[in-house]
Amino acid sequence: MENSAIIKLTNLYKRYTVGNGEFIALKNINLSFGKGEFAGLVGPSGSGKTTLLNIIGSLDIPSDGTAEVMGQSVSALTAKQSAWLRNYHIGFIFQTYNLLPVYNVFENVEFALLLQKMSATDRRKSVMETLEWVGLTDKAKSKPSQLSGGECQRVAIARAMVKRPSIVLADEPSANLDSANSHHIVQTMKKLNQELNTTFIFATHDEKVMQHLDRIIRLKDGEVEQ
Amino acid sequence: MIRFILKGIVRDKGRSLLPVIVVSLGVMFTVFLSCWLKGIMNDSFALSANFGMGHLKVMTKAYARESDQMPNDLAFLGTDTLLTSLRTGYPEMDWVSRIRFGGLIDFPDSTGETKVQGPVVGWGIDLFSQSSHEKDRFNLESSLKAGKIHSKPGEALITYDFAHKFGINPGNKFTLFSTTVDGSMSFKNFIVAGTVRFGSSALDRGAVIADLGDLQSALGMENSAGEILGFFKNGNYDNNAATLVCQSFNLKFVNSKDEYAPVMLRLRDQGGLADYMDYVDTIGGFMLFVFVMAMSVVLWNAGLLGGLRRYGEFGLRLAMGEEKKHIYWSLIYEGLLIGTVGSVIGTFAGLCISAYLQKVGFDISGMLKNSTFMMHSVVRASITPQAFYIGFVPGVFSVVVGNALSGIGIYHRKTAQLFKEFEN
Repeated sequence: MENSAIIKLTNLYKRYTVGNGEFIALKNINLSFGKGEFAGLVGPSGSGKTTLLNIIGSLDIPSDGTAEVMGQSVSALTAKQSAWLRNYHIGFIFQTYNLLPVYNVFENVEFALLLQKMSATDRRKSVMETLEWVGLTDKAKSKPSQLSGGECQRVAIARAMVKRPSIVLADEPSANLDSANSHHIVQTMKKLNQELNTTFIFATHDEKVMQHLDRIIRLKDGEVEQ
Repeated sequence: MIRFILKGIVRDKGRSLLPVIVVSLGVMFTVFLSCWLKGIMNDSFALSANFGMGHLKVMTKAYARESDQMPNDLAFLGTDTLLTSLRTGYPEMDWVSRIRFGGLIDFPDSTGETKVQGPVVGWGIDLFSQSSHEKDRFNLESSLKAGKIHSKPGEALITYDFAHKFGINPGNKFTLFSTTVDGSMSFKNFIVAGTVRFGSSALDRGAVIADLGDLQSALGMENSAGEILGFFKNGNYDNNAATLVCQSFNLKFVNSKDEYAPVMLRLRDQGGLADYMDYVDTIGGFMLFVFVMAMSVVLWNAGLLGGLRRYGEFGLRLAMGEEKKHIYWSLIYEGLLIGTVGSVIGTFAGLCISAYLQKVGFDISGMLKNSTFMMHSVVRASITPQAFYIGFVPGVFSVVVGNALSGIGIYHRKTAQLFKEFEN
């Protein structure tokens, strides 16, 4: 596994104004993640996991400090540049799958590639290949409402992976799944991590996920626990 | 991408069917109200036009100056040529000759002596030509109180109030005393075919309606008429079209010094109607404006709520790497599409209802039984060119504005906030 840092967080703070006061969600975070890491941000609710994932995903910017993703400071990116970064380099997996209910499995996965203006033939090839990785080729025409929770999360993984991102950010991906499905999902992601050398960063407090992680970063009240 | 979004719109009933229904209904009501108000406005002028003014009226210049005195000695002589010329030159209008007159009618008793007599005003109208619509213009069938409509020359209708006051019944004979075109006294006997009540005390006090031919004969006006009236064939006054016809016709005689040269007047040029028509137009326009604004607010809110409902989807699209600007414009194009489709359907539906009510009308005679106000007992809608586009104002504009306003939130909220709403 290559260890060159593709994510570098230095003296990172995130503050929110609450009424007349201030809430500090992240305090002095100094972390880096290398290519192909399978790491997790672990901590209770409100510890800052999701905020940190949002900053890494360039959905938010730090109040202080720097967050460099793929060599680019997220604070310095324009809206267009940060969209481009997410489009080509970052995949998201969510706790509640967040599949678009009116589209079938194929279309949900294809959506990520539409933004890359890929040809229809290439899209089809990539989508079917990705569905094969997650074992859902036979469900390509099914709507999300016709799938189980585990299958939905596998579609979400396929959607995140179809564009071959460098980084996948997974926020509580197993929270809505039973242990068998949870195990299967993490195994799938681990396999993709190993085969494609994609960096996976989880936000989780699920022990079943933690046991598969190569690296665990514990957060408490917005700080990394030493 | 466009195909992908279109698929989403079609499949998501909350984004397509529901907004299209809401827009269609709003637009339908707007179009219908526009046609209905126009119809009511047209109706309010219809009686004035039908009884006295026409949509256009041609008189001699001398007659026009004193037209309120019905000066038949200044009437046209040889109207056939002028009528033919008008019918050929302006075929979009129905041209008819009329004689208005004043006189005295005398009802004899069984011995032939005068039983009662009284002053009347009257109309000589074309009652027996196949193509004549004069009976309809005077609404004779509905106004008939007793007896029947004229079936042959020599018969006349008199107003019910006059007949009732003097105990006159259908079948009674009377003599009309008036003056001929050259100022001599004229006499003509008529039989009362029936009695009519127009719902206007001014008319019902004492009026006679007889055939034009009878009046031409009685007043020495063979092939003559005091007035030639033009009516739009759809029955509705169109001031712009009337102005064009009027200007075109008057241009031919503008330099004529002949007192008997024809002059054409529009409905609004007569009887001080211009101010009243402007007032009604203003009030009608204001009512329509208020309604369009109200519908706009409703549809704007529909667009706004539709947009807000989808903040979660926007969050996902942002996470996938779509630009805010792209999402915002796709929302506006979606509003444009939904607004246009809804407006087309709503306009079509509104026009269909209006067309039906233009043809059939809505009978309010039950409400007018004791009314002395002059108005038609059947109110109709009127389809105007405006009806074809008025619905697009609330339909397209409001939905697009609603979507645009709801989309502003995409910019105002931080990306992570949208993302959070999506997660919730």
